[in-house]
Amino acid sequence: MNTNTNRQVVVIGNGMVGYKFCEKLVAKQKNERRFALTVFGEEPRVAYDRVHLSAYFDGKTADDLTLAPQEWYAENDITLYLTDPVVDIDRERKEVRSHHGVVVPYDYLILATGSGAFVPAVAGVEKDGVFVYRTIEDLELIQSYARQTRNGPARRGAILGGGLLGLEAAKALLDLGMEETHVVEFAPRLMPRQIDEAGSGVLQRQLESLGLTIHLSKSTQEITGDDVITGMQFADGSHVDVDMLIISAGIRPRDELAKSAGLDTHPRGGILVDNFLQTSDPAIFAVGECAVAHHMIYGLVAPGYEMAEVVAARLMGEEKEFRPYDMSTKLKLIGTDVGSFGDPFAAEPACRTIVYENKAKGVYKRINVSADGKELLGGILVGDAEQYNMLLQTCKNRTILPPDPEDLILGSRGGEGAGTGATAGGVMGLPDDALICSCEAVTKVQLCQQIADNGHNTIDALKKSTKACTGCGGCTPMVKDLIQAVMKQQGLYVRNVICEHLEYSRQELIDLVKINSLKTYSDVLDALGKGDGCEVCKPAVASVLASLWNENILENGHATIQDSNDRFLANLQKGGTYSVVPRIPGGEITPDKLIVIGQVAKKYGLYTKITGGQRIDLFGAHVGDLPQIWEELITAGFESGHAYGKSLRTVKSCVGSTWCRYGVQDSVSFAVEVEERYKGIRSPHKLKSGVSGCIRECAEAQSKDFGIIATEKGWNLYVGGNGGSKPQHAQLLAADVDKETCIRLIDRFLMFYIKTADPLARTATWLTKMEGGIKYLKAVIVDDVLGIAADLERDMQRLVDTFKCEWKEVVDNPELRKRFTHFVNVPDQKDPSIQFESLRGQKRAKEWA
Amino acid sequence: MESLFIEHEHITWHLACEVQDIPVDGGACVLVEGRQVAIYNFARRGEWYATDNECPHRQQMALSRGMIGSQNDEPKVACPFHKKTFSLRSGKCLNDDSYQIATYPVTVKDGYVYLGMD
Repeated sequence: MNTNTNRQVVVIGNGMVGYKFCEKLVAKQKNERRFALTVFGEEPRVAYDRVHLSAYFDGKTADDLTLAPQEWYAENDITLYLTDPVVDIDRERKEVRSHHGVVVPYDYLILATGSGAFVPAVAGVEKDGVFVYRTIEDLELIQSYARQTRNGPARRGAILGGGLLGLEAAKALLDLGMEETHVVEFAPRLMPRQIDEAGSGVLQRQLESLGLTIHLSKSTQEITGDDVITGMQFADGSHVDVDMLIISAGIRPRDELAKSAGLDTHPRGGILVDNFLQTSDPAIFAVGECAVAHHMIYGLVAPGYEMAEVVAARLMGEEKEFRPYDMSTKLKLIGTDVGSFGDPFAAEPACRTIVYENKAKGVYKRINVSADGKELLGGILVGDAEQYNMLLQTCKNRTILPPDPEDLILGSRGGEGAGTGATAGGVMGLPDDALICSCEAVTKVQLCQQIADNGHNTIDALKKSTKACTGCGGCTPMVKDLIQAVMKQQGLYVRNVICEHLEYSRQELIDLVKINSLKTYSDVLDALGKGDGCEVCKPAVASVLASLWNENILENGHATIQDSNDRFLANLQKGGTYSVVPRIPGGEITPDKLIVIGQVAKKYGLYTKITGGQRIDLFGAHVGDLPQIWEELITAGFESGHAYGKSLRTVKSCVGSTWCRYGVQDSVSFAVEVEERYKGIRSPHKLKSGVSGCIRECAEAQSKDFGIIATEKGWNLYVGGNGGSKPQHAQLLAADVDKETCIRLIDRFLMFYIKTADPLARTATWLTKMEGGIKYLKAVIVDDVLGIAADLERDMQRLVDTFKCEWKEVVDNPELRKRFTHFVNVPDQKDPSIQFESLRGQKRAKEWA
Repeated sequence: MESLFIEHEHITWHLACEVQDIPVDGGACVLVEGRQVAIYNFARRGEWYATDNECPHRQQMALSRGMIGSQNDEPKVACPFHKKTFSLRSGKCLNDDSYQIATYPVTVKDGYVYLGMD
């Protein structure tokens, strides 16, 4: 490309905002290139993410923090000079000269010189061991000094400044392993620009619990030590001994170049710009922390990016101006969430302030509501900023508040919808122009379009197409909600109805079937559905009927609505034979019963294998042999193991305190009891369980739908675990409960799952999708907030009381037995197409073609 | 079983089984002329159907054990192995164009089910 015809844009500064300007301009002139770009950077590396600088001590490398690799500049024809600051601007000739003597002419000059650390005039700041916290070089110096001062590794560090950046720096010192880390703040509270005194108090306690020592209202008089720092002397006479100090007392705009070029600057620093970011010279713009717009310096990345956008847009002839920018911010400070939005300090009587404080949990929330109660003016969140995004949007979009605005921070008490904040419709309730990603100025409607029209329904795809979530990442949860909501609108994601024949969710269906006392599939379809049913709704209804009425699944017309395995009470295997799994509760079995299994297997030519659930599976049974096989097993005292059903499999156990020298409780007895209680109960999907006799967890109870682990005091109950392709650890529902309580909670849990889960949703999926997650589940199951616990227990008890071994019923019923045949017109003939191969002294199914 | 032949429009009718051998709104397999045929009593629609018992997907003799139903009023059966579904009228696989099964005429008389085969 011939760059001579292009006009020249020179960018001074290759920080975050300088880079963003390049990125925006490159994107905007993709089709028609109007400007050639030259960039001068003072640092030796290309622009990097300064916001997450402290991650450098967390194991991130400088490369990880890089915004775009050096090749990106070359690929986009950007001439880049690093380690080469511009030292002179000649506004007459419209050219700049760098430290190394490079002279480049410009048509437009962009000052993105950023800021330096403000170092207060305290005696001794020049001493060794005193640092600022601004660049990767600063971090490298801090790191190497901390490792090796003159007296060995630094043990005590201090930060001068308790603002946002100072606390970031404090984290860096903690990560470096300081024994003592002091934070010294001149103001009477931490983060004075963002939070109030009460919020500061909560934050302070959180930080102190992590090992920081906080000094407030401290004026530093002198940094002591000969030429190396040894301590800090305060105006109130007190003193701390430290080996190193990081000064993070604010920023100072880098306006020296602008000043020497004769541009207007603010008396307290910063280059004066108008609404278009133009300086007193119309060919020169200033963006980011070096600029003073609307009488202030915007020390955050999001408004900096917006400035970059405005200048790039104006160069391309677009109408755009920089408006006073919202300074709301949310961040995680050393593990503690802090959020501040709108006007955090608005005070009565101009507004009503609602405060929630939980000292035990380290949570402080404050919202400022307009005097008429209609609008949210601003607020502060410390310790729990989950509601930040919704609150910010409510505030920015001036959404009319609900009658009880305290719900915004307390959550609507009662479970449903907790935490979704003011806009009742959640994220979809926001106006189209709501700014979801403030770093990249991406609106709700932009995201929705990408999701709906271009199918960008993952965070990664949206990062690419909109750049949302690429800045601070704070909007990611909201973008996720948006993806879900848009897809739901399109009917793509949550298809809750069962099928074309029954347009109800499983939960609705179970209620309707119960209320109308519908006992058969035909009744259900006649009363609630249309058409003739299908392989989706039949088993779903079968499960519902079984969960409600617990009739034998092969009687009363239930047989033909059962799925493949339930239809013959055995597992259909490759080749058309079935496998048989007798119940072995808790995995405990007598030698006599073992012998019977062996004898049956030999007699009917079955392949035997120990299952993952501590039972024995007998494979290769002809359908016609099943009743006889079961007759023999039942005579020996076995019962159906329901391996074919969406029902409880095994309750796996470790041997526990009866034999194990570590066991603290009798896990086998409890496993047997639990398995006997819930055996045969039909549920939306299969159920697995386990009981471990001690914390070593040999029964792997935490990978089960419900798992129990013995403690010294009782039992811990975990729910919602899963192995399989998407392993998920179960979550603690109750700790140290006795057996009876444990059983009662499992009754409630299982019944709640049976009543509310979608067809074929395992408990893990059900729990993951549940709004409010384990907290909500606990509220329902343990605290009984819905008042349904007694019903759940009663319904479960009825299922337990009506249990019958369905195989015994078949064996005893000649009519049912007759159905177990391959050819109904030649009942004694087996399927001749079934073939086996031999394998390690047993047989296996012939491989299918 | 003894075979009973009835001539009707060039179809040879074979006695397959008794009506009560086939479950209501379900299927069962018969062996006729050495061929495995699945017969379905679609009582809900008042219709009877017959197809190959073999699912062509994995050559499994299993369609008679499948669940029957409808898709936009097209009667169908779902193979219990991998839920390939076939039209009971045309034998066309409804969720995979590459499969097709044979269908047979069925008639019911005096409590017996007859199958039309060559």
